[in-house]
This record gives sequence, structure tokens and C-alpha cells, in this order.
Amino acid sequence: MKDTSVIERHIMSVLVDNEPGVLARVIGLFSGRGYNIESLTVSETDPKLALSRISIVTSGTPMVIEQIKAQLARLVPIHAVRDLTEHDVAIERELALVKIINHGEERIEALRIADTFRARTLDSTLDSFVFEVTGNSSKVDAFVNLMRSLGSVEVARTGVSAISRGNNIDLEAK
Amino acid sequence: MPKSAPAAEDAGNSASTTTTMMPGAELLLKALEDEGVEVVFGYPGGAVLPIYDALFKNNKIKHILVRHEQAAVHAAEGYARSTGKTGVVLVTSGPGATNAVTGLTDALMDSVPVVCLTGQVPTHLIGNDAFQEADTTGITRACTKHNYLVKEGAKLQPTVIEAFHVAASGRPGPVLIDLPKDILMKEAPYQKDVIRAAATARYRPATEPDPAAISAAVDMMIRAERPVIYGGGGLINSGPRASKLLTDLVHMTGWPTTLTLMGLGALPASDRHFLGMLGMHGTYEANLTMHGCDLMLNLGARFDDRVTGLISGFSPNSTKIHCDIDPSSVNKNVAVDLAVIGDATKILEALIAEMKKRKFKPHKTSLDKWWSQIEMWRKRDCLSFNQTGSIIKPQHAIKRLCEMTADSDVYVTTEVGQHQMWAAQYFDFHLPNRWMTSGGLGTMGYGLPAALGVQVAHPGATVIDIAGEASFMMNMQELSTLSQYNLPVKMFIINNEWMGMVRQWQELIHGGRYSESYSASLPDFRKLADTFNMTGLVARSSDELEDVITQMLDTPGPVIADIRVAKEENCFPMIPSGAAHNDMLLGPEDQAEKPVSEEGMVLV
Repeated sequence: MKDTSVIERHIMSVLVDNEPGVLARVIGLFSGRGYNIESLTVSETDPKLALSRISIVTSGTPMVIEQIKAQLARLVPIHAVRDLTEHDVAIERELALVKIINHGEERIEALRIADTFRARTLDSTLDSFVFEVTGNSSKVDAFVNLMRSLGSVEVARTGVSAISRGNNIDLEAK
Repeated sequence: MPKSAPAAEDAGNSASTTTTMMPGAELLLKALEDEGVEVVFGYPGGAVLPIYDALFKNNKIKHILVRHEQAAVHAAEGYARSTGKTGVVLVTSGPGATNAVTGLTDALMDSVPVVCLTGQVPTHLIGNDAFQEADTTGITRACTKHNYLVKEGAKLQPTVIEAFHVAASGRPGPVLIDLPKDILMKEAPYQKDVIRAAATARYRPATEPDPAAISAAVDMMIRAERPVIYGGGGLINSGPRASKLLTDLVHMTGWPTTLTLMGLGALPASDRHFLGMLGMHGTYEANLTMHGCDLMLNLGARFDDRVTGLISGFSPNSTKIHCDIDPSSVNKNVAVDLAVIGDATKILEALIAEMKKRKFKPHKTSLDKWWSQIEMWRKRDCLSFNQTGSIIKPQHAIKRLCEMTADSDVYVTTEVGQHQMWAAQYFDFHLPNRWMTSGGLGTMGYGLPAALGVQVAHPGATVIDIAGEASFMMNMQELSTLSQYNLPVKMFIINNEWMGMVRQWQELIHGGRYSESYSASLPDFRKLADTFNMTGLVARSSDELEDVITQMLDTPGPVIADIRVAKEENCFPMIPSGAAHNDMLLGPEDQAEKPVSEEGMVLV
């Protein structure tokens, strides 16, 4: 066994039947067994087969991570579970909508930083912007923190969505 | 092939000749018949009236009317565990469903295949706080293996098929189907030659073990010098053949074998390789063998905390092989060296075949040495007790019951507490499916309704509920059911006037402050039997015991035997919470010397 005390962050992708209650089953599993959810995103990815893909960022010891995968895999509406952090580096992206309200110099600085982060301006008034920023979570964190030092900020984040690099398919329907 | 939700097959374009339309309730019963259902344990109510109406006209499915929905589930569990078939429950919406929750949780913890049908308010009222509405699928999501809310008639049949498949496949468990009343009334399509493969395709747990894992397991077994086989409920759930194969394996290897509470009967208790049950109230020899072994072969057990005690002190120097059908059981409590995922029967077949292929021979010298060590432990005779004087020792009562029924095929259920552990220790089981007890959840009140279910499945058999007086009172409304169907269950009440296990913990851990654990105002159990038209017996002293047991067994109908036993007897051996296997309390003289640690006190 690996060192059992280190807490690791893992991104998991789960392919599920898009049916009522499936998200509650997954969330109930996490809350019932005391696992962490750092973020969770879900949307239908295959309308024809009525499949949804859930991306979950969780953390725990290697034994807990193994448990999470095994517990998820035995739920009936779950087709496949893939730990994207296990073998290779996964591509992870998160989208945030950041509204900032400020004036003068700080407003210009916000725009410049947004440019550096390749954030798009989606809306503007004379004293506010709404930026769209995409990246991994740490980039989004950095951007949000910078914005906070420049005015009143409101944030909406999607949570992490992820997929593996390379030419293999992560998850297939059974 | 893509798997999909239980689909309406081609029910929509139902030009197909095999499709017939019929009311949902009738379709439901037909689908149950297709699953081979013969008995349903249930209780009617508004939302399930259409089903009861259909049952009225049905002569293939027998309905047993219980007196409380919890008991319906336990009865179905008893039926399932004594037959290997899936137990079926039928209850109404709202309180009917919420009352079933304890039973469902019990079935989940002990991996018992049960399908529970609940009524629901009509679909257009769901979410409106209608009369007897409860969010049944929401409430039972955590206490079922899977559950369904059927919102379209076309999904009724495929849902029933999938539900029975899920309940019985892989690691078995309870499955619930919530049935809105309008779905039961409206016409729905029934397909005579339904393609079952399609309806069961999305749940296919692996049952065949990986040959590489089998080979690795045999490698480890060849090297073992101080081995132990640790078998659990998975052996029972896999079917009687697993128990036969286990016996073969034990005789091939000559290895010492212990069984969990759920596994009793998988190896005949009379087998000299059997060390008794292990764990908190397991035998000295079983626990020390587990502690000192160098190879542990776990077959269908899950390293429950009642078995392991203190994890850091659990069998510290052994290589562990864990064979289980449920991958989530592996490395959950105890980190193991090798996992073999599959059905116990198939794993045992593969193991034995591989061992034969490799001409497996146990290490004679080291095994002999190991056995002589184990025999030393056995000599401690940790289950000995002194039956002197007229006060009946509870251990003696159960031991005599076992001896006096030794020649017949007996089914035993229990409630939860001291009497349960004494039954596990002193009653010998020689076959699987003869022992029904609430292990994982520890549900007081399990034994009487479970015995009811067992008796329904085996009308001619001797079925005994070894009970404690406090647990017995938790579901004793079922006496009425026994009486109605004249089910000759023998209720053997170990009556010590205490919630004995609570009292024992209060004595050992809470300074003898017996807070609320006395069973005050007990009924006269003989008169209680009388009011339900059954036989009541009482044994007040040891010289009355055997007559009472004989009478109980010879009386044709149901019998309550009130066995007044020593009031303050404790259940030993005992591994206190937070202690390891080599740190057991063997009897009262040990208690003073070994106070329970503070970490131990917070454990249950």
C-alpha cells in the first residue's frame, strides 16, 4: 500500500444515465460517507443515449480515493468512473464570470489584468465589468484575487471540467 | 453495446403481437410471477389498494399480512436468507414506506436480496404534500442498493425486471420500487416474451475472478506457515455450494478456519478445523489465530469493526488476501495485499482448481506447530461456564436448546444483544441458511418477524427465535400474524429483565450506572401467548429448563418459552472497544484489571 496519510486532490469523471435522482445518488454517497467535494459539475453529454458526465474534484488519502471510485462504480446508473489524476495529467478547465464594480485607475488596472489573463469582457457599464475567464482552478483563483483588490467583486464559477490528454477515450457507455 | 435505463422496449409502437395492455397493478403481479415470486409480505393502504384488488383475484401469489411494515421487511429478509430467493415486501405510501426504512437498512447492511414495493400518491400530486405522501425514493436512497420511482406505465415491467436483477446480483441488497397510484390504475403494456437481457444490461457486476489474482493467491498460500481462513456472509450469499467448497478447501489445506457472525454455518461447527466465531465476542482461539497468523485468507467477509477491533493492532504480521464480490469492500477498513474480486463459489472453484494443478501441499511441520499453538489457546476453554444451582445460566439454556435439537434441521433467528452473541457462541450450525441474525445494523426486533418469514418459506421446519425480552417487545405485534397463519415459530426468550448488552457496557464502561436499561413492567409472557391463542411456557429454575424445551419443541403451534435466566450474566470473551484481538477479556475476573481506554469509550 501507498502512504496512507497524505491527502491528495483527484479529479474524477463519471459517466451516468441522465435519469432523475442520479445526481442525488452521487452527492448522497459523498455526504453519507464523509468524502469531500471541492467541486462538481454535471451536464448531459450524449442526448441520444441519455448520458451525463459528472466531473468531481475531491480530496482524501489514497485509501479514501480508492474507496470513492469503488463506491461510485457500484451505483446502478453509473457506467464508468475514471480517476483522471491517477496516471496522467488531465486537462482541467474552469470558467468563471467575474463582476467588478470600481472607478478610475482601478478600473483601468482591472481591464489590463483581464487582458493579461485573456479574460473576455462580456458586459460593461461606466463603473463595472463582467469578465469571463477560463483556465485551471489556480489561474481562476489568481484572477479573482487580483480583482478583489481592485473593487467590489461578485463571482460565479462552473467548477472543474476535465478530460485526459492523448488519444484514449476516458469513459465509455457499457 | 450501450446500456440504457430500463427502457420502454418498443412499448410505444406496440403493434408487436406479444404486447398486451392491462392495468398497472395487474401487470405488476404478472411481472412478479415472472420473477418466480410466491410470497409477498405486506400491509395495505390507500395508495396500494389497486394492487390489493389485483391480489384478491390472483391465486398464484400468497400474501402474508404482517402487523407493521418494519416486520414485513424483516420477514422478507428471513424468507430470503433461509431460501436464497429474493424476499418481496408490499407497503403503502407515506408511513408505510417510512416504517419500512429500518428493515431496508438492515437488508442493506447484511446484503439480503429484498424487493420492496411501495405505493405513492398519483403522479400529479407528487410534491404537493398530499395525504400519506413522503419522498420515498429520497428517504430510501441511502438505505437501498437502488430505488425507482415509476412515472410511466411503459416502464413498469422493465423496472420490475431490473429491480429483481439488481437485488439478487453481485452483492445482494434491498431494492425499492415506488409506484404512484395512477400508474397502478392505468393500462400499461406487458410483453410476454420480454427481452430480459436488455432490461438487465446496465447492471453487470463481475463475478468471475481474475485468473492472475487466483494464481497470485495460491503463490501466497503455498508460502503460508501460520495460515487462517476467515469466512463471512459472502459464502452464505453465494449459495450452498460455496459452503461445500469451503469445506473441501479446509480439508485440502488442513488450515484453521474462523467464521464471522454472518458466516456461521458455512463450515460445520463440528469440523475440528473450526475455531468458532471471531471478533468482539469471538473465541480466544479464533482471535489469537487471527492475531498471530502469517497469511489470512478472507472469503466473503468485510473486516467489520466488530471483527477487527483496534485496526492498528489487527493481525499485524500477516499477508492478507481479500476475496469479495464487492470491490468497495477492499481496502475500506483494512489494507490488504491481494484482492480477488468475484463470487465466492467461483473464487473457491478457481482456487481449488489452481491448487490441484500446482499440487498444493500445506507446510506440514509449520502447520503442525501452528496447530499445537492453537490447541493451547483452545485449552483455555473460553466458552466454559458453571451451571450450578437452580438459577439458569443463559449460556446453559442455549447450549441445551442446541443439544436437544441436534437431530433435526433447525432454523434459528435472533434479536440483538447478549442472547444473540450467546446464540452465536453456543448454538452449532452445520449448514448454511440456517442462521438469521441482524449483524450489520444490529436491529432489535429482527428475530420474531424474521422467524415468521423463515417459517413461511419452510412450513414443516423447526424455526426458533432465540430472543431477549427487551428486543422481543420491539416487534411482538407479530404474534398476531403467527396466530393468524398458525406459524409454529418457537420463541425462546432469554429473559434476564435487562437490556443485557446495554447493562453489560454500563457495568464495564460506565461505572455500573444502569441508566434506563432495566426492562420494567414486563408482561407475563404466558398470558401474552394465551391472548394470541398460542402456548406459553415458563422455566424459572434449571430443573424446569429441559421440560420446557421439550414441551416447546413438541407443541405443534407457536410457543413462547419464557426462560428466566441469571440477571447479571455478562457475555464473554469480549474484546473491549478500542482493543486488539490479543487483548481480550475472558471473564469477570479480567474486568477489574483492564479498564477500557478513553478512545475505546467513544467507539460503539
